[in-house]
Amino acid sequence: MNAVFSFARLGALLIKEFIQMRRDRITFAMMLGVPLMQLVLFGFAINNDPKSLPAALVATSSDPYTRAMVSALQTTGYYRFDHVAQSAAEAEFLMARGDVSFVVTIPADFARRVERGDNPQILIEADATDPSVASGAISTLGTVASQALLRAQGTQDAAREAARGQLDVVVHRRYNPEGVSQYNIVPGLLGVILQMTMVMMTAMALTRETERGTMENLLAMPSSPLEIMLGKVLPYLVVGAVQVVVVLVAAKLLFGIPFVGSLTLLLSSVLVFVLSLVLLGYTISTMARSQMQAMQLTFFFFLPSLLLSGFMFPYRGMPGWAQTFGEIFPLTHFLRITRAVMLKGAELPAVATEIGWLVVFVALFAGVALVRFRRTLD
Amino acid sequence: MNVIDVRGLVKRFGDKTVVDHVTMTVAEGEIVGFLGPNGSGKTTTIRIMCGLLTPDEGEGTVLGFDILTDALSIKREVGYMTQKFSFYEDLTIGENLEFVARLYRLKPVEQHVARTLEELGLASRRNQLAGTLSGGWKQRLALAACIMHKPKLLLLDEPTAGVDPKARREFWDEIHRLAGGGLTVLVSTHYMDEAERCHRISYISYGKMLATGTVDEVVKNAGLTTFVLQGPKLDQVAEALQGRPGVDQVAPFGATLHVVGSDKAALEKALADVEKEHKDVTVTPGETSLEDVFIQFMSGSKDNMV
Repeated sequence: MNAVFSFARLGALLIKEFIQMRRDRITFAMMLGVPLMQLVLFGFAINNDPKSLPAALVATSSDPYTRAMVSALQTTGYYRFDHVAQSAAEAEFLMARGDVSFVVTIPADFARRVERGDNPQILIEADATDPSVASGAISTLGTVASQALLRAQGTQDAAREAARGQLDVVVHRRYNPEGVSQYNIVPGLLGVILQMTMVMMTAMALTRETERGTMENLLAMPSSPLEIMLGKVLPYLVVGAVQVVVVLVAAKLLFGIPFVGSLTLLLSSVLVFVLSLVLLGYTISTMARSQMQAMQLTFFFFLPSLLLSGFMFPYRGMPGWAQTFGEIFPLTHFLRITRAVMLKGAELPAVATEIGWLVVFVALFAGVALVRFRRTLD
Repeated sequence: MNVIDVRGLVKRFGDKTVVDHVTMTVAEGEIVGFLGPNGSGKTTTIRIMCGLLTPDEGEGTVLGFDILTDALSIKREVGYMTQKFSFYEDLTIGENLEFVARLYRLKPVEQHVARTLEELGLASRRNQLAGTLSGGWKQRLALAACIMHKPKLLLLDEPTAGVDPKARREFWDEIHRLAGGGLTVLVSTHYMDEAERCHRISYISYGKMLATGTVDEVVKNAGLTTFVLQGPKLDQVAEALQGRPGVDQVAPFGATLHVVGSDKAALEKALADVEKEHKDVTVTPGETSLEDVFIQFMSGSKDNMV
C-alpha cells in the first residue's frame, strides 16, 4: 500500500470535488459567465487611444484658413467640436467643468498672418489631468496643422519640393499597425480573468473544508497532503481550460483579434500559468483560517498584480524597482507570452524564458503549499 | 495487548494545559466511556489518539502503532466520529459513503456502500442530501461512514449530543452489537445513562484523569455517603442544610431530597441538627449515584483550579 500517493484516493477526492462543484450552481455559473462578461465589458470599454474627444472652438473669424484648420483637426478623429465659445473665459469655464477636453483658439489675425507669411499661431489647450487623454490628440498636431495650412495655401507641391533631400523618418507600427487597443487588451484579459477565478476559487477550497468542519474528518481518514492538494487543484484546472476556450473563441469572434502564433504553444503556456495560479490559491488556502481571510489575501495580491504586470500600464514605463517587483507576478510573464504568441507569432525560443519563470512559480508554490499544509489540527 | 495504551499525555494551547498527564488503557472488545464536563480535554485526548494532534509530552500506542510516528497506520484502522457532523452536506448519503469507501480503498465500492447502508437502515435515504438530514440521521450516517472500513477501534466524540432518546437507544444497541463482534470503543459522553452502558468509565476534568474503573468501582472509590430526606417543606430543609460542614450536595429529586457528603460523620451530625429543627422530616440512607459522584468531582476540581 502506498502511503504517500494513491490514484484511488485521489480519484475519491476528485469525484467529491466535481459533485460539489456541480451542486453549487451559482459558483459554477460564475466561473463560466463572469469571464465572458468581463471580456465583453472590458474588451469594448477600455481604450488606450481615445478618439472623438469633446473640444471647444474659440474663433472670431471664418476665413478659409481658419475653416481649413478646423476641418483638419476634425479629420484626425481626435477632436469633436461640439462647443463654440464666444470668449476665452467661456471656453475656460467649459474646460474647468470637464465638458471639453480641448479648447482650440484661432486668433482673429490668423488669416492675415498666414498671408503675410508672418509666423501664424493657433493655441490648443488640453485638459492633461489624465495624460493619456491628451497625448494622442497632441502628438498628431504638428504635421496635421502645417499640412492643412499648406493645402489651403495651395503650396503643397512647392513644400514637397523644398523638403527633398531632408531627413525622412520612417515609422512602422508593427504587430498592431492601426493601434487597436483591443489587440493589446483582450489577450491580456485572458490572463487577468484566469487569475481572478483560479486564485480566488482555490484559495477558498481548503478554507471551506476548515470552516465547515469537514477538514477534521478528511485528516482523520487516510489521505496524504499531496492527494488533498491535487484533489483540490485539478478540478480547477479543468475549469480554467473551459475559460480559456471561452475567451479565445470570443476574442476571435467578437473582437477579431489576430492570432498569428502557435495555438499549441499558447495552450501549453496557459497550462503552466493556470497551474501556478491554482497552486498560489492553494498556498493562500493553507494560510487563511477562514474563507473571509482567504478572500482578503487574494485581493492583496490582485491589485498590485493588475497594476504592475503591464496589463493596464506599460511595463517598460515603470521605474526599474517597480519592474523588478512586477516580475514576481505570474501574470506579468504570462502577459508577455500571450501577447507575443497571439500578436507577434513568437515561437518557443522567444518566450522560453517567460515560460521558465512560470515553471519556477509552479515549483515554488507547490513546495510552499505542501510544507504549509497542516497534516494535524495543531 | 491493550488497544489503547497511552501514558502521560500533555497538550498545551498557549499557556493553557488542556490535557495534563493523561494515562489510559483500553483492552480489546471493551466499551469505555469517557466522561467529564465541557472543556475538560476529552476531545483533545481523542484527537491525540487518532493522530490529529501531536502531544507536547507523553507517549503511547494505539492498536500497536506509535501515536507519535505512525499516525497514518492508526488512521487506516481507526474509525473516528467527530463531535460536530463533518461529512459533506452538499453530498448525498450515498455519495458521502462512496467517498469514504474510495478513500479507504475498499473494493468494490458499491458493495461496501450497499452493505453499510443496509446495516444501518439508510438504504431508503441513499439519495438524500446529508445537509437535509435531521440530527439522528446525520449521526447514523457518521457512524456508518466510520465503521464501513471495519476499523478495530472506534473513537466516538459525544456521538449522541442532540439526538432523541429513541435514536440514542438504537445507537447504543448498535455499539454493543459492534463490540460483541470484537470492536473496541472509546466514547465520550455527558449522559449518565450512557456511562452506565459502558464496561468501564474514565472521568477527566480540567485535563486531569480523576477516576477510572467500572461504574460501581468509581462510585465506591469516591467514598460518598448519601441520605434521602422525605417530608414537608423540603425547600426550607434544603436551605438549612446548604453550607453546613459535611454537606457537599443538596439536590431535590421529585418529592425527596438527596444529601451527599464525603465526610460521613460530619454529614450525619449536620442531618441530626436539621432533624431537630424540622421534626416531620425522615432521613434514610440512600444509594450514591454516578451523577452524585461526578458533581462531586466537578466542584472538587474547580477548587483545585482556583
